[in-house]
Amino acid sequence: MSELPTTAVTADLAEPSRRGRGTAAFVLRTLGGGLVSVGLIVVLGFFLFRVLPGDPVRTMTRDRPGNPEQLARLRAEFGLDRPLPAQFVDYLADMARGDLGTSYVYSRPVTEIILGRLGPTVLLTGTALVVSVALGLWLGSRAAWRHGSVFDRVATGTALVLWSVPTFWLGLIALMVFAVGLDLFPTGGMTSPGGVDGFVPAVLDVAHHLVLPCLTMVAVVYAQYLMVMRSSLLEEMAADYLTTARAKGLREDLVRRRHAVPNALLPTITIIFLHVGLVVAGAVTVETVFSWPGLGLLTYQALAVPDIPLLQGTLITLSVAVVLMNVLADLGYRLVDPRVRAS
Amino acid sequence: MTAAIAWRRRRLAAGRFARAYLAQPPGVVGAAVLLLVLLVALAAPLVVPPEHLSVVDATGGVLVPPSAEFPLGTDENGLSVLALTLTGTRISLLVGVAATVLSVVIGTVVGMVAAHFGGWLSAVLLRLTDFFLVLPSLVLAIVLSTVLERGVLTIIVAIGVTAWPSTARLVRAQTLTIEARPFIERAQVLGGGHLHVLGRHVLPAVLPLVLASTTLAVGSAIVAESTLSFLGLGDPTTVSWGGMLKSALDSGAITAGAWWYLLPPGLAIVVVVLGFTLVGRALEIVVNPTLQARR
Repeated sequence: MSELPTTAVTADLAEPSRRGRGTAAFVLRTLGGGLVSVGLIVVLGFFLFRVLPGDPVRTMTRDRPGNPEQLARLRAEFGLDRPLPAQFVDYLADMARGDLGTSYVYSRPVTEIILGRLGPTVLLTGTALVVSVALGLWLGSRAAWRHGSVFDRVATGTALVLWSVPTFWLGLIALMVFAVGLDLFPTGGMTSPGGVDGFVPAVLDVAHHLVLPCLTMVAVVYAQYLMVMRSSLLEEMAADYLTTARAKGLREDLVRRRHAVPNALLPTITIIFLHVGLVVAGAVTVETVFSWPGLGLLTYQALAVPDIPLLQGTLITLSVAVVLMNVLADLGYRLVDPRVRAS
Repeated sequence: MTAAIAWRRRRLAAGRFARAYLAQPPGVVGAAVLLLVLLVALAAPLVVPPEHLSVVDATGGVLVPPSAEFPLGTDENGLSVLALTLTGTRISLLVGVAATVLSVVIGTVVGMVAAHFGGWLSAVLLRLTDFFLVLPSLVLAIVLSTVLERGVLTIIVAIGVTAWPSTARLVRAQTLTIEARPFIERAQVLGGGHLHVLGRHVLPAVLPLVLASTTLAVGSAIVAESTLSFLGLGDPTTVSWGGMLKSALDSGAITAGAWWYLLPPGLAIVVVVLGFTLVGRALEIVVNPTLQARR
């Protein structure tokens, strides 16, 4: 199932002699593709919230009947009494200035609220991603190298079961066992109430709060990296260069680490970046379960109201972030893998 | 005469398929599990009378541990957790299967059209597929189910509309390899139109692989459904596993240590999803012989 980015390959086939220009064209095309995606997200953000529901004001005031004057005032306040094209122009102009509207729960600019919540989410998903990738690649390469062995079957079996587990449920169980039952970790939040003095104790305090949400995310996410790495390495294993490496007397361990794994790694890395969206989605439920003060918890809190401008803001922020990661992965892949760069 | 030959060939193919499938022990286990789950879903209304699900008629105490009367204890309203879990099977299967069917139909049409017609249409469809593939689909599903009228149909649409891109990719790649074969050219020379080629030649060849990936997709759709319900986006009037877990979190069942309220819905999700995953992987190996050698 591992698909290489076909655009990169065709770019090389088209201009084999002028490598420099091929690379420039590739970079431009990738960036252009990313820009088109960002544009689509912006349009999607507008239409989802303004066209689909029919009457956004009714969506805003769901479950809370208001009188006609109130509804009319709300409509004017959000510019909804203006024709749709005019609204779209306003929306684009605001977006260009970095204005994502005003949350009507917090009565503050959505951009400001989101920026404040960005740090915790980056910390949680970043840590979880690094740990999952390391764990998945390591277990996956070992499983493939000795495929069919007990280790392989236990590792893939465990991964398969954990992959079937809803992230939020695993979080609830971890919360009940390790935070409430055994009292080893805090039950929620990112810092202890009241705070701690000094830089090192503060860092340790955050780390203490980070353990459970992070491990919950890792448990569910690492499985796919394991599976991808395993099948990628299995495909490499029949290759002649491994026979050559063995024939020149290299230890089995070195054949794996120096020859097979690096070659299997590159297709795996693209898939890792392609699946960043899944990690982001996992953050929504994990942050909800552990009251981790990031974008996921913000999304959950905006859902209950529902706070439409805030939801629209988080949708756009999360989607643009994921698109950005993919563009970077495409570019990085091209720089790192000589097989794609030049034939 | 020719019809009889065709039937014989089909019977033989079915026999071959059944034998290849039965040679996959995990797949057989998965199929047995799913059959059992299907029976539970069908029998749930017979086993659990409606008054056992009504908060007004609840007879148990609040968050009571398992006992003879309530084998899995009670929830915060005094309802039997066992009755709730059994009833939740229906919504999970319904949403999982319906959302997957929707996403597979969208994905198959987009994939086949993109591969068959080529040109700018293909370029636009591919761009759109890549775009939806990259978007965090759960976040989009959350937004969709917030904006649309709350209910089971909304959840199905939200999951189906966000889950199609991987099917589209798979179908497109498969269609391209099939259309490169000579019999397609022959059909076109004989006067077969686009619909004939796609419907009579491409679709039957693509279908087995789509079926295998469909089975795998049901599992993720069920997880997605439980996640949306857990976030409070489900239909509040129907019993679902995700909804039960939301009530557990909201009612303080975790601090109360009410493990009997947390474990059943979660384990039910895991068992069903695992069942679909095992069947899907077994089907994939049977219909895609290159995987067989690699295993």
